[in-house]
Amino acid sequence: MKGVINMHIIVLIKQVPDSREYVRIREDGTLDRERVRAVINDCDKNALEAALQLKEKFGSKITVVSMGPPKAEDALKEALAMGADEAILISDRRLRGSDTLATSYVLYKAIERLGHYDLIICGIESSDGGTAQVGPELAEFLGIPQATFVDEFKVIGGYVEAKRLVEGGYEKLRIKMPVLLTIMKNANNPRVTTFSGILKAVKKQVVTWTIDDVGAEEKKVGLAGSPTKIMKVEKLSFQRKRLMIEGETADEVVDNLLKRLVEDGVIRGGY
Amino acid sequence: MTGYSGVWVYAEHRNGVISKNTLEILGKGRELADKLCVELSAVLFGCNVSSSANVLTIYGADKVYVTDDEKLRNYKTRTYARLMTELILKHKPEIVLFTASTTGRDLAPRVAARLRTGLTANCIDLDIGDFEDKETGRRYEKILYQIVPAFGGNVVATIVTPFNRPQMATVRPGVFPPPEKIFRKGEIVLFKPEAIDVDEEVEVLEVNRSQEESSLENAKIVVGGGLGVGGPEGFKLLKELADSLGGCVGVTRPVTDAGWMPYDSMIGESGRTIRPDLYIACGISGALHHMIGVRGSRKIVAINNDPKAPIFEAADYIVIGDLFQIVPKLTEKVKKYVGAL
Ligand SMILES: Cc1cc2nc3c(=O)[nH]c(=O)nc-3n(C[C@H](O)[C@H](O)[C@H](O)COP(=O)(O)OP(=O)(O)OC[C@H]3O[C@@H](n4cnc5c(N)ncnc54)[C@H](O)[C@@H]3O)c2cc1C
Ligand SMILES: Cc1cc2nc3c(=O)[nH]c(=O)nc-3n(C[C@H](O)[C@H](O)[C@H](O)COP(=O)(O)OP(=O)(O)OC[C@H]3O[C@@H](n4cnc5c(N)ncnc54)[C@H](O)[C@@H]3O)c2cc1C
Repeated sequence: MKGVINMHIIVLIKQVPDSREYVRIREDGTLDRERVRAVINDCDKNALEAALQLKEKFGSKITVVSMGPPKAEDALKEALAMGADEAILISDRRLRGSDTLATSYVLYKAIERLGHYDLIICGIESSDGGTAQVGPELAEFLGIPQATFVDEFKVIGGYVEAKRLVEGGYEKLRIKMPVLLTIMKNANNPRVTTFSGILKAVKKQVVTWTIDDVGAEEKKVGLAGSPTKIMKVEKLSFQRKRLMIEGETADEVVDNLLKRLVEDGVIRGGY
Repeated sequence: MTGYSGVWVYAEHRNGVISKNTLEILGKGRELADKLCVELSAVLFGCNVSSSANVLTIYGADKVYVTDDEKLRNYKTRTYARLMTELILKHKPEIVLFTASTTGRDLAPRVAARLRTGLTANCIDLDIGDFEDKETGRRYEKILYQIVPAFGGNVVATIVTPFNRPQMATVRPGVFPPPEKIFRKGEIVLFKPEAIDVDEEVEVLEVNRSQEESSLENAKIVVGGGLGVGGPEGFKLLKELADSLGGCVGVTRPVTDAGWMPYDSMIGESGRTIRPDLYIACGISGALHHMIGVRGSRKIVAINNDPKAPIFEAADYIVIGDLFQIVPKLTEKVKKYVGAL
């Protein structure tokens, strides 16, 4: 049928520790993710929702891709239940400690193996590492254009028209596909998984690839392949006076506080 | 790795006006360059921007690389990334800094990936020091320490890029004070590549940057409110206090999540970074996510009814009590005695 685009959309999903729970950092600076509940990174759900809406409109195939430990399969299963068609997990012990350059390199190799695609959608940033670098670095590896901080976009012909938020306003771009977009949390409202969605997803499999399967070089991944190293982790010291303001009544407390602030020269007045 | 020398700052501007945040990192860049005994350079791309280059020398750059071309009128990721990479490969700086603005965070990772080097995101501080590789026992001198907040507790991580050059970082806007003018005798170097490799696959349809900057960043006094304020009604009390002091109200993330106050008043990791003379935190527990946004305040007052609230660790003045009693009293006395500022 004319006007119908059959697109292949790749959505990148990171499984992250539930931000309401406590995460421990190991001696070598990597995260101990074993004991915390893991969820799909917030804005990656918005990325998937954007893809699902395109699928409803144009009839697309959606492949969700994640790099992570074996239990990241749960995140991909949830994505399948939301309506994704295929799911790839790149999981390999040798990937532990990968920084954004190593991560985007591995994702690049996996996407190359997937073959043709029209659109890649990521979240803006993860709630744990939170660098917002994986999207742009991946786009660079793939040699395709990008639009980051996107809160609205549409597909017209072979192009994406995207509105990206910038300081003090926005920019509107028209970009030839294939293109990589990073999507803001306020771009849409991700659908909730339905029971029928879960039933349909039961038949779908999460395919797991190692770094050998994607043809990634061992020396370019994991701690060894990561140019950035976590040297140390320490408590942030604030070095403040921590002086208790005393007083019998609220009146007295406020008087004493104002006196101090005037002495410090941060406010002026008759104290 | 040898042969890499100098500290670079990528200069952002709006129609030739250098951004405040660029000047902030230029100030820090000067300090780093002095510690390393190397030059500080700024990089300025755009159209009709040459006349702004001297602003960068006034604020401390020894050198400004300028590419002034009609093809650079609108920022395009790949056009700028190719140009920046070319310039870096030509002059080999050891450190390249960007502001963590939407432009810096769009451009820097593209450049870092092109150069296959490390990039540290959203630094709240930078320093120079040594790094010992635990595996080989080798020491690396004069490495860039890139300090970032880490989640899951009140901790910060120091990230280094010891084996790759350049060492690249984006810096959170507002974490460094605006620098003094030092009127450096700088050199302006025009960089004219043979051809500017324009990204033809991207067309800029519209640029709208007309919204005013939030007054929060420029306020001398900020009254902060958290969940303890209880709702929109409570924020009226905070607004009255702020008004009486000629200041603004800022809030924690759960407050904007609850819709009590607008999103752009959020302070912290996901919001703004402020450095007022005085920050009065009311009903705020003191999570690191919030506190890194107020760390640069000259004085911090914390009002909280929980004597164990973590914010007291990070405050100059501790007021244990009910904000609904303290805040109106404070407003009343400020109006009476402090008068107009
Ligand atoms: C405290 C701390 C600080 C760090 N700082 C840095 C740093 O400054 N520089 C650096 O290079 N590394 C850093 N890292 C490592 C970084 O977190 C990892 O490289 C991580 O694998 C990906 O980066 P991110 O979480 O920042 O993702 P982001 O770049 O914030 O993620 C953006 C989007 O990319 C996609 N994405 C990200 N990761 C994956 C994945 N594994 N699988 C599928 N899709 C994905 C998702 O769509 C996500 O929404 C840091 C780690 C920690 C713990
Ligand atoms: C990835 C990520 C990013 C985040 N980014 C940000 C960010 O940018 N900014 C931010 O602020 N948060 C951010 N957060 C959330 C942050 O972790 C905290 O949850 C948040 O700052 C707590 O807000 P609060 O202090 O208002 O609320 P609470 O922690 O609930 O504290 C309320 C305080 O009010 C006190 N109180 C209650 N009643 C009274 C009273 N009558 N008088 C006096 N005191 C009273 C209580 O004792 C308590 O200490 C982020 C979280 C994550 C996971």
